[in-house]
Amino acid sequence: MAEQHNDEFKQFNVDLWKFDGHEGALIPLLQSAQDTYGYVPEKAMHYISHVTGIPAAEIYGVVTFYAQFRTRPLGKNIIRVCNGTACHVNGVKMLYDTLQEELGINYEETTEDGVFSLVSVACLGCCSLAPVLTINGEVFGRLTAAKTRKIIREFKTRTKATE
Amino acid sequence: MKTILVGLGTCGISAGGEKVFRALQEELREHPGAFELKETGCIGMCYREPLVEVIDGDERHLYAEVTPERIGRIVEEDVLGDQTIDEWLALAEGQAEGFFDNQVRIVLRNSGIIDPGSIEEYIARDGYRAVTKALKEMTPEQVIGDVLASGLRGRGGGGFPTGKKWEFTRASAGDKKYIICNADEGDPGAFMDRSVLESDPHSVLEGMMIAGYAIGADEAYIYCRAEYPKAIARLRQAISQAQRKGLLGENILDTGFRFHIKIKEGAGAFVCGEETALIASIEGRRGMPRFRPPFPAVSGLWGKPTNINNVETFANVPWIILHGGAAYAAYGTENSKGTKVFAMAGKVRRTGLIEVPMGLTIRSIIFDVCGGIIDDKRFKAVQMGGPSGGCIPAELCDIPVDYQEVNKTGAIMGSGGLIVMDETTCMVDVAKFFLTFTQSESCGKCTFCRIGTKRMLEILERITEGQGTMDDLDNLEELSEQIRAASLCGLGQTAPNPVITTLKYFRDEYVAHIVDKKCPAHVCTPLLTYTINDLCNGCTACARACPTAAITGERKGMHVIDQDLCIKCGKCFTVCRFDAVVKD
Repeated sequence: MAEQHNDEFKQFNVDLWKFDGHEGALIPLLQSAQDTYGYVPEKAMHYISHVTGIPAAEIYGVVTFYAQFRTRPLGKNIIRVCNGTACHVNGVKMLYDTLQEELGINYEETTEDGVFSLVSVACLGCCSLAPVLTINGEVFGRLTAAKTRKIIREFKTRTKATE
Repeated sequence: MKTILVGLGTCGISAGGEKVFRALQEELREHPGAFELKETGCIGMCYREPLVEVIDGDERHLYAEVTPERIGRIVEEDVLGDQTIDEWLALAEGQAEGFFDNQVRIVLRNSGIIDPGSIEEYIARDGYRAVTKALKEMTPEQVIGDVLASGLRGRGGGGFPTGKKWEFTRASAGDKKYIICNADEGDPGAFMDRSVLESDPHSVLEGMMIAGYAIGADEAYIYCRAEYPKAIARLRQAISQAQRKGLLGENILDTGFRFHIKIKEGAGAFVCGEETALIASIEGRRGMPRFRPPFPAVSGLWGKPTNINNVETFANVPWIILHGGAAYAAYGTENSKGTKVFAMAGKVRRTGLIEVPMGLTIRSIIFDVCGGIIDDKRFKAVQMGGPSGGCIPAELCDIPVDYQEVNKTGAIMGSGGLIVMDETTCMVDVAKFFLTFTQSESCGKCTFCRIGTKRMLEILERITEGQGTMDDLDNLEELSEQIRAASLCGLGQTAPNPVITTLKYFRDEYVAHIVDKKCPAHVCTPLLTYTINDLCNGCTACARACPTAAITGERKGMHVIDQDLCIKCGKCFTVCRFDAVVKD
């Protein structure tokens, strides 16, 4: 049975998931699964269940509890919009409206062509630059509607050019 | 040789600090040996980032808003030519008066001064001397005695006396005990802990070691938000440096004391800031709070006695051990000793990180330290304590920073986020914002927190859309009481605070939304009306911008908005260059 499982999960890079048998390893295992695939595939949950002995249902419960874990893949460019207090007070709504207009998607959605995902995050901690968003980790601050539109269009062109 | 420091905390990096750093590396290649280039953490003046400091012996020139283009001149004139560029100085006259004078930097003693990646620089500023003193010259009881004498209270928001907590955990039966550092800073608008971890990680490690010695723990965890990658990287680096120096591990400083620190990355759940939820999360489960007692001091991580303190609390400890509890207690008020770090954000001129002695008034923080309100608008309120806190109106802002005094207003000291609000901030909208946050972060265990916050949010949404009734206000108050009484953990118990305080101090704004169907701060879109006045010269910009063709009028003639077609998007208001579009 175990061997059969190993075969089935060969496609998951097993080496990346270091399980030392220590209690409390579930969340780090899920984090490394997500690092590898960009999300936590259902098969990965079964695999982790198989390795750790934790029931798959419980693992699914943990995955859906924490905001960090995704059960579906994201787009090529991930736009994270800060929804912290400072950004809220300094006009995040304008930012959201502009992005919605440019991309036609809401928070937690991905454009049909898979180029952009829009994610709302609690606070990026650059409150003095509010309103702020990050695209693939790069921070853009003190945004206006015009500035935001320009940045998105640049990313659109850039993504097309690399295709 | 001169040294150049570049502020590379998250705030510095997001303002472009890394590009400035690369430009300086470029210069260094051109002028080899002309200066020593180092990075540092957050100096607190986030509003002027990127910051570059040129140090020549005792002389320090701090340049603000440095761009890669400005680097050439700074190196040419200041570094090579000994010519200060006065107009770019951050502390030039009229720039930052009172910003540093009113601060007492204990937690931030090294922030923005040392290279956080260098254990040597930390040691050179008395680093690890406190833990040496504790291990070699003091008994654990004496350490706890000093912390008790300092009057230090938990800086994460709870405000429980730190020494008492240590005493309880020490007194608990069991030979295996744990220390946990709570670095799950989740309040929107708060970034104190992140800055400390990024700017001075060793001070937190040293504080944890002292706590470990005092309570008899040999293993520790730092539970840090995954959203703080830079802080986590700094911690990893600091831990391995300390291990190499023999300051962490077995038989530390030949005293037989052993101490190990591990990092656990959070996975994004606000409720994990609550200590029992945090423990559940480290154990690999859903982060849901449980009933207390037993308190973690008796039964915590894996059922063992566990002492949990916040980042800022730990960062205070080495200073207290080195200078004595009495020296710390010399700052502050009767009930609140020492200093407090605040993250300043919102409509204030100088946003950033400050540390002030307890007892300074809130007004003094906003006006003396942080330079007042942007554009000299009217100061309306300050939000303290994040989603668990409340809004303190301007007229009450002469109270001192003190746990009891702040509590009396209905807000809480909290972890240190201070959001300043002016006349353009709608208080109903602010209450709605915080409730949206707590509602989505409620773990769902307690019915009142799970469903009650949802119902409250629906009422607030109704009010901001102009559909509210006066009965809604009574319902909000009743629900607030029920949620407060029937929730297990701090998240639920304090979730109604933003609503309670805004209802108490800004009831007229609620009434304006309900009765007059107006938002006095012009924030709530459904309650706005856009009209065009006679300043209109018929440039047609608004008509062309309008997505619903609601604006009509001849070129060079006055334009009119058809209210039935208007969707209140505000585009006309943004494009009008003649102040002819009026928002009300």
